[in-house]
Amino acid sequence: MATVNFDEYKNIWVFAEQRKGKLMNVAYELLGEGYNLSRELGDGCKVCALIVGKDIGGLAEECFAYGADKVYTIDDDLLEVYTTDGYTKVVTEAINEFKPEIVLYGATFIGRDLAPRCAARLDAGLTADCTHLNVRVKNYIDYAEKNTTLNTESLDPEDPAKNLLMTRPAFGGNLMATIVCPTTRPQMSTVRPGVMDKLEKREGATGEIVKIKCELSKDDIRTTVKEVVKAAKELVNLIDAEIIVSGGRGVKNADGFEVIRNLADCVGGVVGASRAAVDSGWIEGSHQVGQTGTTVKPKIYIACGISGAIQHQVGMQTSDIIIAINKDNDCPMMHLADYALEGDLFKVIPELIAEWN
Amino acid sequence: MKIIVCAKQVPDTNEIKINPETGTLMRDGVPSILNPDDANALEMALEIKDNNPDTEITVISMGPPQAKVMLEECIALGADKCILISDRAVGGSDTWATSNAIAAAVRKLDGFDLIIAGRQAIDGDTAQVGPQTAEKLDIPQVTYVKEYKFSDDMKSVEVKRALEDGYQIIDVKLPCMLTAIKELNTPRYMTVDGIMRACDPNLEIKVWGAADIEVDLDKVGLKASPTNVFRSFTPKPKGKGVYIEGDTPKEKSQNLVTGLKAKHII
Ligand SMILES: Cc1cc2nc3c(=O)[nH]c(=O)nc-3n(C[C@H](O)[C@H](O)[C@H](O)COP(=O)(O)OP(=O)(O)OC[C@H]3O[C@@H](n4cnc5c(N)ncnc54)[C@H](O)[C@@H]3O)c2cc1C
Ligand SMILES: Nc1ncnc2c1ncn2[C@@H]1O[C@H](COP(=O)(O)O)[C@@H](O)[C@H]1O
Repeated sequence: MATVNFDEYKNIWVFAEQRKGKLMNVAYELLGEGYNLSRELGDGCKVCALIVGKDIGGLAEECFAYGADKVYTIDDDLLEVYTTDGYTKVVTEAINEFKPEIVLYGATFIGRDLAPRCAARLDAGLTADCTHLNVRVKNYIDYAEKNTTLNTESLDPEDPAKNLLMTRPAFGGNLMATIVCPTTRPQMSTVRPGVMDKLEKREGATGEIVKIKCELSKDDIRTTVKEVVKAAKELVNLIDAEIIVSGGRGVKNADGFEVIRNLADCVGGVVGASRAAVDSGWIEGSHQVGQTGTTVKPKIYIACGISGAIQHQVGMQTSDIIIAINKDNDCPMMHLADYALEGDLFKVIPELIAEWN
Repeated sequence: MKIIVCAKQVPDTNEIKINPETGTLMRDGVPSILNPDDANALEMALEIKDNNPDTEITVISMGPPQAKVMLEECIALGADKCILISDRAVGGSDTWATSNAIAAAVRKLDGFDLIIAGRQAIDGDTAQVGPQTAEKLDIPQVTYVKEYKFSDDMKSVEVKRALEDGYQIIDVKLPCMLTAIKELNTPRYMTVDGIMRACDPNLEIKVWGAADIEVDLDKVGLKASPTNVFRSFTPKPKGKGVYIEGDTPKEKSQNLVTGLKAKHII
């Protein structure tokens, strides 16, 4: 590994993923998180958005409105649809030229294709699917004491080190690990969608735009994207939902989800599901909450007939209020819940609908 | 066609329990399994072989000596050859270092047309080793593959790649790297013949050390890995919630709604 001069690396970059000219939600979340980290780092550190695509100039304004100090764009016909080869080449070249200290990607199906490829080309460390980031040890201690069982005695709140501390679940959520990349730059991570907070929109905010020249040729791209198809069904918007009503194996069958839907309609919520319900074919995979589904943090999460396996919990445990309806008072979901209602969901939900309004 | 499958032995994370006193992982007695997505990767290779009997499937794994058990399972399922990269010098590798070792082992084989990996391993869930290995070998990749169709001359493959909100149809020439997701197929079971084959003493699982794969020692192992574990811990158990009292579903529902209103949650 070549030795890197750390002083050359400055600023936080966010790969602001867009599809068909629309920024992904996680891009705003990363700008919010990047903004906070840049202020934690101090010394004039800026948060910068990197937008790659075709005719994407208009998105810069959106990035400024959500916290970006500076926007880099790479605009080219060959970048209209995502290809691993095309995007890896332009992103790694931009990183080599401008040397950001930190690069954050959304842990989307595209971010998790691009980021490892870039990390391998840059010989930089990459931490996958992070759910918490810090740069000041003091803030990390605060986080750890509040949310984890970590013994923080060995950590010094005055520690001047400002390595990125990247925390993520491992072993299916049974364990959390904080990862550092002390010897390589930039420090890179993919961040799970739905866990970081976006900033309040600042209408009319502006900043510097840097247009990076694209040096891409057709031969650089070894795959041909023949078609991009959007799912016919409306996308379930679990991430933005304020209330989610989820059903699990306890719902028994596809008809049972009618009961879940009724409650969701009554409370103005969106329907979620456990993997067991999805695997049984009672509801579509797009509704799945959890490690291999969507991570959510609504104001209210109502878990009906869900036992609360760790893989489900990691996707919903940061919800503000958790309500569990379950026959088994001793299952993990009933222990996790703020409000545990023991009973048969088919008897309870109709009553609950009657009471709610 | 020559196919390489990357497979990892992982602890069954469904079976892992936390010691409530120490807050640590209890790995004792936790079964080790073939990583689920890798079973889909192997199944795809076996399907190709079903249709093209001259196909040769080599499974590569990196891990401790006991990973041999998983490789025997791969043979029983129908793989032709297995290579286990196992050496103290490669222990503690992160995804960057792991991909250096796997790429080095691949270079030692006499060529390949296709590499199939799983999307992610359930112990670390990183989904990085496949793409990083492809980069080290300078071949194109398509991740999250859920369907595939080869061209008539078997020189390229058209795949359906999943996205959160749909999919892409991508055409890619061989050699390339594909990563498999569970929607790709349903892995087959072992047959009696297969199990007999795995017991054949001539069918050896090759164990290669760092010297065998001729990898630079500053590219593998714990020390060379750019990512380090700073701390590890378990999430804090939440304080006990409220148990909703009541004799009937109706009473419980009333008490819940009253409680939520009193706290201004609704
Ligand atoms: C690699 C991996 C990834 C995974 N990812 C996910 C993921 O993303 N999301 C996910 O959810 N799971 C995931 N799982 C699966 C997870 O381990 C569990 O199997 C799953 O969450 C169980 O779903 P469940 O709670 O609906 O079913 P069960 O565990 O069977 O629970 C059903 C519950 O319903 C209750 N019940 C039954 N009848 C009634 C009734 N009439 N009224 C009220 N309650 C009733 C029962 O008491 C029980 O608690 C994953 C597993 C693996 C190995
Ligand atoms: N030690 C290993 N040996 C062989 N293959 C591996 C190893 N680690 C990861 N892989 C492959 O890379 C995929 C992604 O792994 P990961 O990046 O660890 O989530 C797995 O599904 C395997 O196909």
